[in-house]
Amino acid sequence: MALKDITLGQYFPGNSVVHRLDPRTKLICVVLYIVALFLASWFITYAVMFGVLAGAIALSKVPPKSILRGLKPILFIVVFTALLNIFYTPGTTVLAQVWIFTVTLEGLWRAFFMVIRIMMLISGTFLLTYTTSPILLTDGLESLLGPLKKVRVPVHELAMMMSIALRFIPTLIEETDKIMSAQRARGADFESGNLIQRAKALLPLLVPLFISAFRRADELATAMECRCYHGGEGRTRLRQLKYQARDYMTLFLFLATTIGVGVLGHFGL
Amino acid sequence: MQPIIETKQLTHIYSAGTPFQHTALDSVDFCAYPGEYLGIIGHTGSGKSTLIQHLNALLKPTSGQVLFQDMDIWSDPKLTRKTRFQVGLVFQYPEYQLFEETVYKDISFGPKNMGLDEKEIDRRVRAAAYFVGLRDDHLEKSPFELSGGQKRRVAIAGVIAMEPKVLILDEPTAGLDPEGVESILGNIREYHQAHNATIILVSHSMEEVARSVDRLVAVNDGVIPFQGPPCEVFQYGDALEKMGLGVPQLTRVFHRLKAMGVDIDPSVYTLDQAKAIILRALNRSPRLDGLCGERTKESPECSSPPAEQGTERAASAEKEAD
Repeated sequence: MALKDITLGQYFPGNSVVHRLDPRTKLICVVLYIVALFLASWFITYAVMFGVLAGAIALSKVPPKSILRGLKPILFIVVFTALLNIFYTPGTTVLAQVWIFTVTLEGLWRAFFMVIRIMMLISGTFLLTYTTSPILLTDGLESLLGPLKKVRVPVHELAMMMSIALRFIPTLIEETDKIMSAQRARGADFESGNLIQRAKALLPLLVPLFISAFRRADELATAMECRCYHGGEGRTRLRQLKYQARDYMTLFLFLATTIGVGVLGHFGL
Repeated sequence: MQPIIETKQLTHIYSAGTPFQHTALDSVDFCAYPGEYLGIIGHTGSGKSTLIQHLNALLKPTSGQVLFQDMDIWSDPKLTRKTRFQVGLVFQYPEYQLFEETVYKDISFGPKNMGLDEKEIDRRVRAAAYFVGLRDDHLEKSPFELSGGQKRRVAIAGVIAMEPKVLILDEPTAGLDPEGVESILGNIREYHQAHNATIILVSHSMEEVARSVDRLVAVNDGVIPFQGPPCEVFQYGDALEKMGLGVPQLTRVFHRLKAMGVDIDPSVYTLDQAKAIILRALNRSPRLDGLCGERTKESPECSSPPAEQGTERAASAEKEAD
């Protein structure tokens, strides 16, 4: 088993326009994009949305193949939604009727657009995580959610927890790999046996893993305290987020598209 | 002599077919003989860890073979599993793999997986604990109550309890104080003698390796550039240093002496050798005799002075050679 091959956060380092956009811009744009997707209703609006997505992917220089690969895990949900929509949409043009299942023309159209909508939704959010490093993403989230501090939401702490968690995922994977090898060298068998045997076999892996995670957490807390960390109050940043001209342009374009799609969708286009 | 374990044209490529593809080992031919005390040296990322993980079937070769007692360890799944017990591997910082409630249970994890009966397990656990210098009252304690050095001993005992024919240790002394280093190296030597086992000691500390091993294998960039008895390998002082390995401090002083024109054999690496060679050199050259004769006579009985003193003495000889 190659645990090392798992990529989390799935960031694709690059230097395209999309990569260089402010993370807040990208977050807002993704939200606008999702809203627009739900406002779209027929071919024209979906074509516009597809154009936006395709344009963004092209600009980001992320290989379209890897975006398609990201869609694989949600295949089941897509098929399931499609089936539900096909069979449970009431309509006037009945195409076929078997037992309690009725297939209508409206149902087929609805299922078709639903599948497209889900796939475009996932692709769009993937593009965000592909082009934004996890650290920038949490920075952007913290900045966007900043106003919530006024109502005592611990935004900074949440963002800090998120970045620490992201930072330690690769470390923990490496650690797991190491402990697994060490126990395997003593004859541990993680691959065979029934469910109960397998669960038991995980004990020699989980105990050391938890202990080391706690130890790391403890060390990190001490190290942070040694450097006088006391929460977000009055903390400045090494890299300040700053909106550039391109950010305003992008925001404007996305807002215009969303409104446009909303209007067109309203008229059923 | 027939090697107990050997690799033939062993190649290992990590993440083959991805942009992160990396050749860790490139057609490596390696062997270890029964009862041999072998040292593997190489800096971080040289491929030495990859190599030793192949020896007990934790990693599968991309191409090439690993033979244990002349049998390809991947030819049969049963043999693969058996090899893991016959070739014991102690990882770096092994104390982080402890998990049982008591030291006794943790040491018995390996023997239990071998399917031995209770009596044999008990014998092996006690024997292994004895080897690494754990007292009987330690056995019923939780491994997490012990000190760092003791935890490491428990972890090493956990591998020794399987009584492997080949014992591989990856940096077993990393992070220990000098006393701990000495005692662990002593335990390993004892196991080597008592079981006539093959020991493979992986390290980047030349001093440590040079003292114990019969033969040295240097690993660099996935290949083995040098191997042989320490004195032979240390003749390639410059090349070793280029690999970021260097030779023991003592050897380096002798290399310098040689470079300065002193007629001396530079491939020394223990204090006793150094002493003998310096004395011989002094006797040969009457010009030096007058200057340092007295100094060497001062402490002729000093059997094992600390390394610094040895270098100092050699350094003073170096000064006086001018």
